[in-house]
Amino acid sequence: MSVGILSLIVLALAVVGFFVGRRRAMSSVGGDARKLHSLPGYYGQTVSLFTAVPAFALMALWLIVQPMVIDARIVGQLGPQIAEDATASKLAMEDVARIASGLDALQAARGMTNEEMRDMRADFSDIRGRLAEVGVALGSEVDPQIFEMAKDFRILQNTSALMMSVLVLTAAVAGFVIALRRIHGEFRARNVSETFVRWLLIASAGVAILTTIGIVMSLLSETIRFFGMYPIADFFLGLTWNPQFRGGSDLGLIPLLWGTLYISFVSMVVAVPIGIFAAIYTAEYASPKVRSVVKPVIELIAGIPTVVFGLFALVTVGPFLRDYIAMPLGLGNSGSSVMTAGLVIGVLNIPFISSLTDDIINAVPQSMRDGSYGLGATKSETIRKVVMPAALPGMVGAVLLAASRAIGETMIVTMGAGAAAKLGLNPFEAMTTITVKIVSQLTGDIAFDAPETLVAFALGMTLFVITLCLNIFALWIVRKYREQYE
Amino acid sequence: MNDMRIVERNVDITENKITARGVQVYYGTNHALKDVDVDILDKTVTAFIGPSGCGKSTFLRCLNRMNDTVASARVEGKILLEGEDIYDPKVDPVQLRAKVGMVFQKPNPFPKSIYDNVAYGPKIHGLTRNKAELDEIVEKSLRRAAIWNEVKDRLGASGTGLSGGQQQRLCIARAVATNPEVLLMDEPCSALDPIATAQVEELIDELRAEYSVVIVTHSMQQAARVSQKTAFFHLGHLVEYGETGQIFTNPQDPRTESYITGRIG
Amino acid sequence: MTDISPTSADAPKPKAHGSLLTATPLMKRRNAAEKRFHAYGIAAIVVALLTLTVMLFTIIRDGHSAFYQATMTFPVTIDAAVVDKTGSGDVAEMSKVTTIGYARILGESLVKYLADEGLVVEGMTDKEITDMISKDAPARLRDRVLADPSLVGQTVMVDAFTSGRVDGYFKGRVTREIAERDSNVTGTQLDMADLMEEAGILRSKFNWSFITAPDASDLRPEAAGLGVALLGTLYMMILTLIFTLPIGIAASIYLEEFAPKNRITDLIEVNISNLAAVPSIVFGILGLAIFINFAGLPSSAPMVGALVLTLMTLPTIIIATRAAIRAVPPSIRDAALGVGASKMQTVVHHVLPLAAPGILTGTILGLASAAGETGPLLLIGMVAFVTNYPASPLDGGFLDPASALPVQVYSWASRSDPAFIERSSGAIIVLLIFLFFMNALAIVLRRRFERRW
Repeated sequence: MSVGILSLIVLALAVVGFFVGRRRAMSSVGGDARKLHSLPGYYGQTVSLFTAVPAFALMALWLIVQPMVIDARIVGQLGPQIAEDATASKLAMEDVARIASGLDALQAARGMTNEEMRDMRADFSDIRGRLAEVGVALGSEVDPQIFEMAKDFRILQNTSALMMSVLVLTAAVAGFVIALRRIHGEFRARNVSETFVRWLLIASAGVAILTTIGIVMSLLSETIRFFGMYPIADFFLGLTWNPQFRGGSDLGLIPLLWGTLYISFVSMVVAVPIGIFAAIYTAEYASPKVRSVVKPVIELIAGIPTVVFGLFALVTVGPFLRDYIAMPLGLGNSGSSVMTAGLVIGVLNIPFISSLTDDIINAVPQSMRDGSYGLGATKSETIRKVVMPAALPGMVGAVLLAASRAIGETMIVTMGAGAAAKLGLNPFEAMTTITVKIVSQLTGDIAFDAPETLVAFALGMTLFVITLCLNIFALWIVRKYREQYE
Repeated sequence: MNDMRIVERNVDITENKITARGVQVYYGTNHALKDVDVDILDKTVTAFIGPSGCGKSTFLRCLNRMNDTVASARVEGKILLEGEDIYDPKVDPVQLRAKVGMVFQKPNPFPKSIYDNVAYGPKIHGLTRNKAELDEIVEKSLRRAAIWNEVKDRLGASGTGLSGGQQQRLCIARAVATNPEVLLMDEPCSALDPIATAQVEELIDELRAEYSVVIVTHSMQQAARVSQKTAFFHLGHLVEYGETGQIFTNPQDPRTESYITGRIG
Repeated sequence: MTDISPTSADAPKPKAHGSLLTATPLMKRRNAAEKRFHAYGIAAIVVALLTLTVMLFTIIRDGHSAFYQATMTFPVTIDAAVVDKTGSGDVAEMSKVTTIGYARILGESLVKYLADEGLVVEGMTDKEITDMISKDAPARLRDRVLADPSLVGQTVMVDAFTSGRVDGYFKGRVTREIAERDSNVTGTQLDMADLMEEAGILRSKFNWSFITAPDASDLRPEAAGLGVALLGTLYMMILTLIFTLPIGIAASIYLEEFAPKNRITDLIEVNISNLAAVPSIVFGILGLAIFINFAGLPSSAPMVGALVLTLMTLPTIIIATRAAIRAVPPSIRDAALGVGASKMQTVVHHVLPLAAPGILTGTILGLASAAGETGPLLLIGMVAFVTNYPASPLDGGFLDPASALPVQVYSWASRSDPAFIERSSGAIIVLLIFLFFMNALAIVLRRRFERRW
């Protein structure tokens, strides 16, 4: 039974439970709703919750655990040697899974019975050809052992699915009955039901913590594995980035870190002055009409996906810089460069800085401006000497957050900065960043256990820590200086 | 009314500082101030009194063109400061405000150090040539505002860390630091407790030795205590203007009398 | 008062200020500085708006042509000898004939037609004529014949795309000079294309299949379409909505209304604001490590994409929802509690309905930003080249490999054929239109519901 249909059945049971529970509550007090502790609906709700929630929780748990258990049992058939080797066993499991799904398709297309499926053997039937007919392409002839494992895989999956359905339905029905039996006039259905819901709310809020834990754990475990294969010092202090297929790679962080910081710096040079001046103008100088037009349009920039900026960098900005600035000056002949990516990321960050700065400027009380005007200061003097210093902590926070965004930016650098890891000073050269390499190492064809792939996790961990520190620092600065004026 | 002190004061100099003739102020279509004629004298404290919304603050803000910061405000008529029309197109309000200082209702020191608060005005108007002169002006202003002894050891401390009364005196020091001719005060004590109010009122009395002070107040008692001349505003008109003692004991206009005796307001 | 004395002993105050009617040099400098400052502000805004305009302009300039495709219309004889060798009309048998046979039919028909119409270019070989047809056309013809076997033996009018290069010629990408150096197109083909256009055989038609067709290989940029990507994005949006809305609202309600002020609540709140600022690529790593490696979900599936996007968007939606809930005045809560409603009832019956517009707006905007995310989707495998539509959701379509709109933009932009830049820009136009509608919807909803209370 598929997950979808199972869910629908449980839901249907819950709905039925609602009505049954409600009716039972009413009948237990002879039809007079006023004698019930809670509104009749709450009795129904209690039954629904007891029916649906444990059942769905069980189903979710089963679905998470099922693949691990099944995979472990199947892989065990390969013999201890291959089972220990993560890469080989992963490849084998992929084969098994592909063949199994092909067998599913075959059975569906040809209407074969389960006996016939069980009796198929790799060395007799032309498995490869038959699977090709239903659209499953295999690179080579099917190994009989793998084929048997695929058959076992299918059997285990079907059995497990059956067991899950049975257990989930049992849980649903059990919940139904238990809840129903507790219903009588005095039963505080509303309280029970509300407590139930409260726990659901807490669980939802806990998702945030779970996510952070998930991020940290997934990054940490693979990073530790990486450092088991590649010396920490070489990673953090290495000046060369040169992954090789056959090993002997140089996986140094420094060139990537340099590229990241250089590009972020260029983007800040663009975004900070433009963003701040734009905010000053809209907050202090612009008439309400102009402000109502200009502000949303600048916000529009923030709504455009980064991949669009990436294409802009690739197709327009890069060639423009190359043809009109880099080549005439003899500084380089690449469309992808630090300048390209930096400028475009800068434009991306303008609305971010400008809207935060605008909020901060508006939060400075008008009485302060009046005090300055009363002393005979011009508008620009007031802004420069009174408003900005008052707004400074907030602006520093905004700048740090924008820097954090620039550091974590992926698409624009992928498309606009190139993939060459180098430590250079020429902004018109191609340089790459941490984020680009994370993508390239994880989407390449390298084996998953190789240090060349695992380094992406170490890079991810570095990135996470850097941005986390920036964010915390930004928040701290803003909080520390926030109460300096009422 | 029994605790009003009627004090004979000597008015030393009778030179006109500010002359206003036929001043009208419009906020959009609302005719807020009508036909105001008044002479503000030098070395005198002039009080503007009247019920809320009568236009006294509006007129005060005309005297240093702070109404310019309100988009819908329109001012007509003549206001002369030492013979020069302050609404002349050639006049830069920024320059005017160096000559006419203002202290606001709620103390609004900048979130800077005490020293920087006071030094701000002189710096932007280029009144000093070096740090020594600036130090001197800061000290002089703080002394004039009667707060020097309380803050002289912590000039680097933040201006916002002072008590309410101290903050207002700091604002007064800040205003006098630009060496103005006239000092405008818009209900300067309304946000202060009684002790701080008394301190500021004494200070105002001292300030008149050097400046022409115009103070808007909603407290008749304060006007009686502090000023030599009083102007009574009502519904946008300047109803009566004269010696403080005479206004409070023998008002000419029945509206003035109604306000003073508490029938309106 | 302590420090009165020194002041009155001062000498009479010297006049510090001159006439108001003359502008001192200092005043002039200050006013000049004021004007400069004002100008900087305007300059900043102009630069920002100009960049935006240039970007949109280049994208529209490069992408609008993706919606048009050079198409040739000519009669094609469906030769039974090639297509239906057994003469049985049995579709299963006929489907054994691959596109090679159909390509031959198309080619021969075109050659014959051009000769009949008297369109001749000197020195043009038959192969060159055949090469002008898109390599995708035979597959289309095959689908058409298999769907309607009665066409066998008949002569039908066929609309076939021209090859990518010929299409590029009509769009200005391919010039004669380029044709000299490019092995995929010759000058004679371009001449013939001109002739065919004059004769009305070849014209640019609006290309719906750009939106509906699946992706195509590098050899046939003209056939590449957004169908799979649109469907994938649609699936992911639906799933993300289903996941984020309940969890987001539940978490917000808890944090705003029920959570006690203790360390655990602080921890949750710190977590949420940190997660909102984590780079999106880290969520991609999370998705790869946990959903694909640990849990074994299929890579490139909308379900996995939705799970990753949910985790990314949840903090933003929680922050927006909390703001909406907080905006409901406490007087309403007090009133409800005052008549004896429980806390939960107060929230569900009173607070939530009033906060609903804000929640809705926040959710739509959160989804819109999720729809544009690319980085994390690349990591969960969506860079793969997908040509089959994912199945309907009831058939497990959420677990079939699919693509997503922004990923398709990236993937096309990375290909070497410049025709794909056109496709990429066209895809961006579609993406921006989609996002525009979502944002407009959010604004309209906000305006409409804001008036009610």
